[in-house]
Amino acid sequence: MKLERRLFQPWWLSVAVPVGSLVVAFAVMGVVLALTGRDPWDTYRKIVEAGFTGNGALSATLISATPILFTGLAAAAAFRMQLFNIGAEGQLYLGAVGATWIALQLGERDVTSTPLFVAAMCVAAAVLGALWALIPGVLRAFARTNEIITSLMLNYVAGLLLTYLIFDSSSYWRDTSTLQARSFPQGKPIPEASNWPTFGSSVIVPLGFLIGILAALGLWVLYSRMRFGFEVGVMADSPRAARYAGMRTRRKILSVMALSGAIAGIGGASQIGDFTYTLDGSPTGLQAAAFGYTGIVVAALARYNPFAVCLVAVLIGGLLNAGYTLQGPDFPSGLVGVMQGIILFCALGGELLLRYRLRIGRVRAGKPVAEAA
Amino acid sequence: MAGITKRFPGVVANDGVSFEAAAGEVHALLGENGAGKTTLSNILTGLYRPDEGEIELYGERVRFHSPRDALDAGICMVHQHFRLVEPFSVAENVVLGDHRGEGRRVLLRSSATERRVEELSGQYGIAVNPKAKIWQLSIGEQQRVEILKALYRDARVLIMDEPTAVLTPQEAETLFATLRAMADEGKTVIFISHKLYEVKAIADRVTVLRGGRTVTTVDAASSTPRSLAALMVGRDVDTDRGRTRESVSGEGVVLTVEGVTVPGDRGGDALRDVSLELRSGEILGVAGVAGNGQRELAETISGMRAPSTGTIRVGNDSLRPGDPRSAISAGVGHVPEDRLGTGLAPSLSIARNVALKTYRRAPASRGPFLMLRHMADAARSLISKYDVKAPGPDAPARNLSGGNLQKLVLGREFQGEPRVLLVAQPTRGLDVGAIETVHAYIRGAAENGVAVLLISEDLEEILALADRVIVLYEGRLVGEVDAATATVEQLGFVMAGGAGE
Repeated sequence: MKLERRLFQPWWLSVAVPVGSLVVAFAVMGVVLALTGRDPWDTYRKIVEAGFTGNGALSATLISATPILFTGLAAAAAFRMQLFNIGAEGQLYLGAVGATWIALQLGERDVTSTPLFVAAMCVAAAVLGALWALIPGVLRAFARTNEIITSLMLNYVAGLLLTYLIFDSSSYWRDTSTLQARSFPQGKPIPEASNWPTFGSSVIVPLGFLIGILAALGLWVLYSRMRFGFEVGVMADSPRAARYAGMRTRRKILSVMALSGAIAGIGGASQIGDFTYTLDGSPTGLQAAAFGYTGIVVAALARYNPFAVCLVAVLIGGLLNAGYTLQGPDFPSGLVGVMQGIILFCALGGELLLRYRLRIGRVRAGKPVAEAA
Repeated sequence: MAGITKRFPGVVANDGVSFEAAAGEVHALLGENGAGKTTLSNILTGLYRPDEGEIELYGERVRFHSPRDALDAGICMVHQHFRLVEPFSVAENVVLGDHRGEGRRVLLRSSATERRVEELSGQYGIAVNPKAKIWQLSIGEQQRVEILKALYRDARVLIMDEPTAVLTPQEAETLFATLRAMADEGKTVIFISHKLYEVKAIADRVTVLRGGRTVTTVDAASSTPRSLAALMVGRDVDTDRGRTRESVSGEGVVLTVEGVTVPGDRGGDALRDVSLELRSGEILGVAGVAGNGQRELAETISGMRAPSTGTIRVGNDSLRPGDPRSAISAGVGHVPEDRLGTGLAPSLSIARNVALKTYRRAPASRGPFLMLRHMADAARSLISKYDVKAPGPDAPARNLSGGNLQKLVLGREFQGEPRVLLVAQPTRGLDVGAIETVHAYIRGAAENGVAVLLISEDLEEILALADRVIVLYEGRLVGEVDAATATVEQLGFVMAGGAGE
């Protein structure tokens, strides 16, 4: 059996492969469910209901989808240039830190305009996220360090920083106003006016999700319609051709990393402004959600296309959301994890078939054949 | 080896090649680049299978299905780029890939290996410490490790592919002594080279290849570098050089290269103190055997590579060293030898590749935005003007054939209205029809007053197109000849290290 690179990709393949992968995933899941004594059809129905069609399901799904929309876009922005920024996780934390700080600061100055709060939080988050991403960016551009390792390691640093700010210090972010807050560490709540608005009535759409869609649109324009994207495309495809054409590769590495970090950072702002309203330093809170890593999967499934990232984020968000609903006394959370894993595995495995084809046959002879002359 | 033929799509790399090497002999394979030496050795080591012909080893017909078969039969090769694991020790590298003990031994007995390596070093005069790590060794020492690998596997036939290309003259002397000792032990050494002097110095017999065919096999003792050069480049040179072009040289100097020294990729200098002048409307040919600094010369002038000393001027303006953008804006066009990968980005569309150097300015872009419609139109007009066979501006560049890729690059560079055009290996791998078209384009550029620097390993191409020819040897300019009177033999002799006449 041999894998061969496809010279041409028939157009129908890019539709058939994802659909086929899903069919295979559900078939494998059916086996697992049947083996553990559950009715697959019933479970599937529950997943669709809890994730998408049920009462309030879509609203809950959008809550799960918003952060991974941002981290998915952040990963896609960097991966398009073959820059493997694995650090959206940490960049999102830093964004949350920055957004909380500016919201608290403005609150102390009696600002009450929500649009001003939203704008300031996004800017502060983007700046901090970008600066955090620039650390591996600078190292990559000037010292040729592997950005996968450095950005990954900085995630742990960012996580520890988060814990430190709330648990291990009397930092600006920590709430020390009441006795209860002093003994059970928690973050200061941001002012009411800085809570982000939502839209819609039957389906509640968080502002962060809309900002994410706008970011996707912007990213698409930047990468498909602008000089910036042109250069990124050449550098990703052939660094030598980029050098030949006189493109400044270092500068581009820095700007792409900053862009990626800024998007992840805004994801952190949305987390604060849309949902938690306070900086969550607990190792079992924001840090356990692993939005940054899920974002990498989202970007990979979307093949780095910003619009596809929106779609995939909602699908994965629904799956995560359905997972929360499904698990209970008769449905262990481990099984939910297995199902999510099977879907991701099949989807990513299917990607391979898009670019390669399988050839079966032709066994090689192992020994030299000496022939009689 | 008898009647070996190997065809690749569009090329016959070996066309009925035959030669025989005796035990205890150093047998040289001599030929220019593209003569088929490497293909032949790849067949001998089982990497390729011949389409026709057969290999006999010690009187027995063999057929190799994989490199491992060839290894088992005792044929080892030392490649130009070594196959060594840098963090491993010499002894570890020597046993690596030796699968004779496979399945029986799990642990490596390093002390036993080291002892055996020491024994072999003593026997053949190969000085190398078996405990040293590969990364600590010089290139010459690494090559000795490769030879030790072959000896450790009891190779009967050792193939050396241009072994002296990376060695200092002293190291080469040591290598020759080792090879001689191996031949005296009854082993066969096949020595691939295009350097005449060393072939004469080391080989017993020489088989000359040209254009994928065997020319002849001669005794090294009874031949001279000059006679070998003649065999290598061929006597049947087309004397009609198609010089229909009006010589317009004599106008102003457009390109000045002064005292340029450029560090190479493998340490040492790739170019040493090179100076040249190029006039408008002139075609200056740069001849030389591959790896003597030609690629670096083009890359330095185009700004892709920074010289350590020296200046490059276009007209009166000095180019910023190592900055391709400054060369592009000064009007230096560059057709690199690596068309797909340097000249073009393979998976990007033709339209984007056509805009590769103009996307920063109107009309290909306006402000930060790309004018996609204009880019597509520009690509379409280039496709039709330069007769590129392409499905359309949206097709990825990698789908084009070699000739069409070259037309695309040439067309793009012409459209930039260059004052200087660097053209490297413009017709390598192209078919006859495409070669003619490309030659016509290059002549046309010169007629329009462009100063052309033509770098090529194809001497006939250089003589057919160029007004003057300079020769690069080990990074230096070693000679300049007038293309109108020079012969291929003369050039080949200078190229192969014979002093300029």
